[in-house]
Amino acid sequence: MAQDSGTRTLISHAQLSRGRGRVIYWTLLAVVVAGFTLVFLGPLYWMVTGALKSGQEIAQTPPTLFPKDPQPQNYIDAWNNLALAKLLFNTFYYAVGAVLFQLVFDSAAAYSLSKLRPMFGNVILALMLGTLMIPAMVLIVPQYVTVLDLPILHINLLDSPFAIWLPMVANAFNIFLLKRFFDSIPEELMAAALMDGATPLRTLWSIILPLSRPILGVVSIFAVTAVWKDFLWPKLVMPSPETRTVSVGIYTFAGGTPMNVVIAASVIAAIPTVIIFLIFQRNIMSGLTAGSLKG
Amino acid sequence: MAITTVPETPRKPGRPPSPYSARPQRTSLGRKVRDNLTGHTFLIGAVLCFVVFSWYPMIRGIMMSFQRTRRGETTWVGWDNYSRIIADPSFWTAWQNTFYFTVLALVLGYAVPFFVAIMLNEFRHAKGYLRILVYLPVMLPPASALFLFKFYAYDPSEAGLFNAILKALHLPTSQWMQSPEMTMPAMVVASTWMNMGGAVLIYLASLQNIPGELYEAAELDGAGIWRRIRHVTIPQTRLILALLAMLQIVATMQLFIEPLILANGAGAEDSATSVAYLIYQHGFFQNDLNGAAALGVIMLVVLAGFSAVYVRLTAKQD
Repeated sequence: MAQDSGTRTLISHAQLSRGRGRVIYWTLLAVVVAGFTLVFLGPLYWMVTGALKSGQEIAQTPPTLFPKDPQPQNYIDAWNNLALAKLLFNTFYYAVGAVLFQLVFDSAAAYSLSKLRPMFGNVILALMLGTLMIPAMVLIVPQYVTVLDLPILHINLLDSPFAIWLPMVANAFNIFLLKRFFDSIPEELMAAALMDGATPLRTLWSIILPLSRPILGVVSIFAVTAVWKDFLWPKLVMPSPETRTVSVGIYTFAGGTPMNVVIAASVIAAIPTVIIFLIFQRNIMSGLTAGSLKG
Repeated sequence: MAITTVPETPRKPGRPPSPYSARPQRTSLGRKVRDNLTGHTFLIGAVLCFVVFSWYPMIRGIMMSFQRTRRGETTWVGWDNYSRIIADPSFWTAWQNTFYFTVLALVLGYAVPFFVAIMLNEFRHAKGYLRILVYLPVMLPPASALFLFKFYAYDPSEAGLFNAILKALHLPTSQWMQSPEMTMPAMVVASTWMNMGGAVLIYLASLQNIPGELYEAAELDGAGIWRRIRHVTIPQTRLILALLAMLQIVATMQLFIEPLILANGAGAEDSATSVAYLIYQHGFFQNDLNGAAALGVIMLVVLAGFSAVYVRLTAKQD
């Protein structure tokens, strides 16, 4: 990714750094920074403080900017009444499992497709990539029916974490990302390991995986956020209150709960992913751009 | 690291040989089978998951759409499910709403991120901060973000954020989700806010790959900013633009959680019913899994039509 000094963009640096261009640049930058903060951070501020307001204050016009009489009770109510600890734990448990399953199966598959190249490997890869064209909504019914009664084994996966973990392994985008990364690892390294008598598993474990830490990190983050953000699938396959994810839990409880408590719960549900993002934002951004084609 | 030389073997064009498949002197049949077995063993976990949760459901969905299951007995009913689904008046409403959403989302959710990316690419300060800001909503669980919009932004009383702003500007306030005309635009705004970060980052990455000389040359030829965007930026990012248009169409056609949370499902006068919501209704409320499967197949066909047009358009340009 070329960046900053040297590369010229739409408008030349010279034009932006003197006279009128400079004034326009700084004005525009200030407007955009202020505008973006208002548009993207503003609602979050509204959410966090709104949940501290009393029902009366929320209905007040014009709306208040700061809660006059902060009610942390809303957050406590949300935590207790919606059993948020349990919901958060469930979501966390599904996310960790999804990461492990994806890392093990998807990197093994990508390794095979990239380095071992068995027969029909390309056909299998093409069939996998083909699933990227099929929208999730199209498959929701037959997938659900399949989970109710797994073919051959006749196991019902309803309320079992495997109903979230296993379908997530079938992720063509991640396999593609991993394969592209493994492709860039020189064949000579593989050949050297082979000469030293290393088995394919050993090569994967001690050469490929250590070199691939950045992409493994990206895939893990994607898996965590996917579980945290998914809604319809967990709603269908985790019907019991004890196995729900946090998003589904909030949705289910929203009906009979005061709105500031629902918002307080939404804030709590958002905290883990926001923290993950703030810590790993560099990796997330590089992963996003690594997956995109060069235009 | 010692450099080992692997004896040359005839290569297939375009693909460097794998050290495992290119082992020379010992290419006996047994060896080959063994190498292949190793390769397939590594693949098996992922392939099984694809078979069970992706490839098989695909075929099963198509089969289900032609079947009817009553009291555990499955019979072949031909096009019955399809005619029943299409005869339902909400079928057409749902498609209309979904298309309307897709078009609005293309205008807003597709064009806006592109211009935001072009603008961000010009800034040399606060870049990281702005990028984090746009991507932040993408990280929120959709239910959280949508409850925020539902309760605060789209509150039909004057205490709602949007109404408070409108009132402060002395503009007429709106009923938002309670008014059938405003339902779709309001859903598109919420959805764009939630999702635009991903597109902005992908555009930014592809903008950074445009060679600066092109702008240089255009500027020397006297092209202003708009003409530089038209004749350099857009052609140079054409592939990404086309790809994201396709992804945006596929994503918006699956509109589901916005109507479910913002409009409690169907919305005022069915103004929010979407095709995906109808699939959910049929499958999981009306106990009509076969009808829902048929709807899924119809959606697949429509999207395949879009993909075909897309492939044609992009192939023509290359």
